[in-house]
Amino acid sequence: MEKSIFDTVPLEQFIILSLILFCIGMVGVLRRRNMIVVFMSIELMLNAVNLLAVAFSAHRGDPSGQVFVFFVMVVAAAEVALGLAILVMIYRNVKSVDVNALKQLKW
Amino acid sequence: MEQVIFYGLALIAIVGALVTIFARNAMYSVLALVVTFFAMAGLYLQLNAEFVAVVHIIVYAGAIMVLFLFVVMMLNLNSVSSIVSNNTSVKWIAGLFGLAMAGILGYGTYVTTLPARGVNAAENGTVKVLGKMLFNEYLLPFELTSVLLIATMVGVIVLTKKEE
Repeated sequence: MEKSIFDTVPLEQFIILSLILFCIGMVGVLRRRNMIVVFMSIELMLNAVNLLAVAFSAHRGDPSGQVFVFFVMVVAAAEVALGLAILVMIYRNVKSVDVNALKQLKW
Repeated sequence: MEQVIFYGLALIAIVGALVTIFARNAMYSVLALVVTFFAMAGLYLQLNAEFVAVVHIIVYAGAIMVLFLFVVMMLNLNSVSSIVSNNTSVKWIAGLFGLAMAGILGYGTYVTTLPARGVNAAENGTVKVLGKMLFNEYLLPFELTSVLLIATMVGVIVLTKKEE
């Protein structure tokens, strides 16, 4: 068997780490009112999932997981560009990036 | 040694993530998130995923965070400091939901038997292996990403263009 990280750090610890990061991101989404920070929290959650995929990919010795992570990154980049464009547009209209400024969307 | 590096990077990533969601100034949030991303790139390197690590640094730390920083500066949000929810019950509920989610996911991890370790090929994460996969099995999705990116680009330009 070749030497690998999993000899010293078991897979469970990678799972727990990405779990913690995902939950921190979720708390950020629920807690913050600044739309930019909410966006960053979503990025954090996406990254936690990426980390998990790479960990499993390395664990199984199957590179498909890393190809998948590549596609997730592409979609995340597109999503951020569009999201920030929408955010700038919202800021122009309501002069605020507070999520409560968009309460009308409820109806 | 590997363990020490792993725990160090994990600690940096978690602290960076916490600073990201708790900092009052959006600028500090962006910078803390950059630190988190670099720590995660280190973790990818530990997992022998060189290609993903490099792409991660270029795309996230290089492009996405610069975009965030640019928007934060452009909107000059330092004057808008009412970014943390004033409603304390919302804070508590958010924390509660986070803990509940962690509990559920942790329990799921605990009861699941993980798959056995596969044959660990050290060159799994290199550009050579992933490039061959991208241009053989995943050729169609790879080409479709270019359509996605061009559509995004057009959409962003249309959205942010000032109306006459």
